[in-house]
Amino acid sequence: MFVIAVGLTLIYGVMKILNVAHGSMYALGAYAASTFAGYWLSHGYAPYASYAALVAAALLVGLVAGPIIERGLLRFMYGRDEVVLVLITYAVFLILEDVTKLVFGVDPILVAEPYGMLGNFRIGELVYPVYSLVLVAVSVLAGVALALALNHTRQGKILRAVIHDREMSMALGINVSRVYFVTFTIGAMLAALGGALTAPTTSVQLGIGAEVIVLAFAIVVIGGLGSLSGAALGALIVGLVRSAAVHYRPEVELFSVYMVMAVVLIVRPKGLFAAPEARKI
Amino acid sequence: MLCRTSFAGRCAVAALLCTLAPSVLAQDTKPIRIGFVTFLSGPAAGPFGVPAKLAAEAIVESLNAGNVPAPYGVRGFGGRPLELTVVDEAGGATKQVSEFRNLVERARVDFVVGYISSGDCLAVAPVAEEMQKLTILFDCGTPRIFEEASYKYVFRTRPHATMDAVGAALYLLETRPGVKTFGGINPNYAWGQDSWNDFTAAMSVLQPAAKTTTSQMPKFGAGQYGAEISALLASGSEVIHSSLWGGDLEAFMLQAAPRALFAKSQLVLVAGEPYLHALGSVIPDSTVVGARGTHGVFAPNSALNTWLRDIYRAKSGGLNPNYPAYDAALAFLALKAAYERAKIAKLAASIPMGANKGVKEAMEAAYGSGPSEDEVVAAFEHLSFDSPSGRMSMQLGKGHQAASGTAYGTTKLVNGQVTVTNIRYYPPERVQPPDGVSSAEWIKSGMKPAK
Repeated sequence: MFVIAVGLTLIYGVMKILNVAHGSMYALGAYAASTFAGYWLSHGYAPYASYAALVAAALLVGLVAGPIIERGLLRFMYGRDEVVLVLITYAVFLILEDVTKLVFGVDPILVAEPYGMLGNFRIGELVYPVYSLVLVAVSVLAGVALALALNHTRQGKILRAVIHDREMSMALGINVSRVYFVTFTIGAMLAALGGALTAPTTSVQLGIGAEVIVLAFAIVVIGGLGSLSGAALGALIVGLVRSAAVHYRPEVELFSVYMVMAVVLIVRPKGLFAAPEARKI
Repeated sequence: MLCRTSFAGRCAVAALLCTLAPSVLAQDTKPIRIGFVTFLSGPAAGPFGVPAKLAAEAIVESLNAGNVPAPYGVRGFGGRPLELTVVDEAGGATKQVSEFRNLVERARVDFVVGYISSGDCLAVAPVAEEMQKLTILFDCGTPRIFEEASYKYVFRTRPHATMDAVGAALYLLETRPGVKTFGGINPNYAWGQDSWNDFTAAMSVLQPAAKTTTSQMPKFGAGQYGAEISALLASGSEVIHSSLWGGDLEAFMLQAAPRALFAKSQLVLVAGEPYLHALGSVIPDSTVVGARGTHGVFAPNSALNTWLRDIYRAKSGGLNPNYPAYDAALAFLALKAAYERAKIAKLAASIPMGANKGVKEAMEAAYGSGPSEDEVVAAFEHLSFDSPSGRMSMQLGKGHQAASGTAYGTTKLVNGQVTVTNIRYYPPERVQPPDGVSSAEWIKSGMKPAK
């Protein structure tokens, strides 16, 4: 969830767009990854290379779908009210749901071999697949890579400048349009990567995008819109709260995440790590 | 001359009906429009909605061709061809109520057959009653339809979820009498809640010493069950009951198998039959599996079963019909039986007693437009009919709810193929309450077989 949420919060932080179509990127990544990995494994190629197939599928989806949506639609809508942009991305989400159905069909896709190939490990009486550790490692790597890129590279500093003040950045000669394009593409790739890595653990079916986008919104709202560290903490909080509810009070599990979100918003209406905003007069 | 009270006269009329009925039934050619509502998108489409649609289309084609085995040999319904209008059940209960109204008022269908989701069934039933449109709920499982309300125009041609839950408990305790602990993972909506409640109630009656360890109720469509699997592992349950279906079941199995959950706990899948091939070797040996009735691998050998398998395989490109396909067959064959029963009854009522002349004219006048909706409803109540799943009887819900026996079996991997062994059948009176008694009361009172 962190990988998905960080993409969502990055897009909001830079472009001030709450991208509902992020869920569709996740779904497309999952479908593409299952299809690629399934093809790879069914043709008898090296099984461990199927992990590379998963990542390649995610990158492909992000590199194709992200630019199409950003250049083909969103760039004509910048400057409009944020609510209008949400509605536009929601429309894109609905369109992509049907595109997914047209391209991949209505049957669920199961490619579970990558999930079990790495074996298991044990913590007490609980058994976990090693693949779960791989997911944690990839999430940490993605977070560290993003943090390093934003703080220690020239492009990252340009991106932070745009996050801080778009108009001043334009006045200083920064190509804000290109920054938006790159940000949206990176966000799409991150969502697709989340879908691709999740695909071996589940039955990839219609509707998975809708399920994940609701939880991703809860995470970024808890952490603070536009905050990467907030997305990390939000994902951790959501995961722990949900697991605790499942173990101790399963009947409140559905409600638990949103209860936490409500409490956070009451105490900190902008989220846990939202930066103070200067108001322009 | 026939006399009103003459026994010989009544025999003569009966003989006349038997010889003339088929030709009279075959005369009317105005098509009967049937609205068929099933999932064509969303997670339920692949395992349930699309197989049901394929079955419905194949059945309608076969009925129109008149090549269904006896006693369904007459073309269409009473000689009238059928037209199918398929509607997507996705979108939620509110949308389905609108779609139902569209089917009745705009598409002007004669009958509606549909609904896989228990939530949609609960929403649509009162609307069907309000609009006085004969509606068959063909697949949903919640017992609440006819236990919490009475309907004249609504029927369900398949047994409800209590049969599945009680059958599972009976089978489990017959094959594993010493079970002490059981947990559950069920989807958090009507079907999952009813299934779990009925199963735990049945277990508390049949095996009071068995304890519930944990009840996981993830959201329908959750897709990720890591925390739930950890909870089930930590609970140490000997048996895990699950009414998960569709992608949820597949995801749960994929995530649980590598974590050795099934090495510790025996799984009971009340709706597991459609996934025997999709999941293949992921399903562990000794999984108790049901088909929500005597469908699929549990169906009796009969001409009707062979017919359904043949037409479905031709329609689906070689796949065997699963239980939603059987449910579609139950609905259409029941509706056909009711329609033709109503037509015969109308024929019998139209013949003036004591008259020989003008009988043909009288029958043509009576059958020009087929039986009315109310006449079909009257014929449908308490109907018994043959099906690919065996003999079905509309004996519950004041003649509106079907009852039948059920069967459960245990999976075993043989040469890489999942097979079902140790199949046991349970008659309807052992797994369903008698008419007028709610499922909860019947289970609580000891599940005495109805007389």
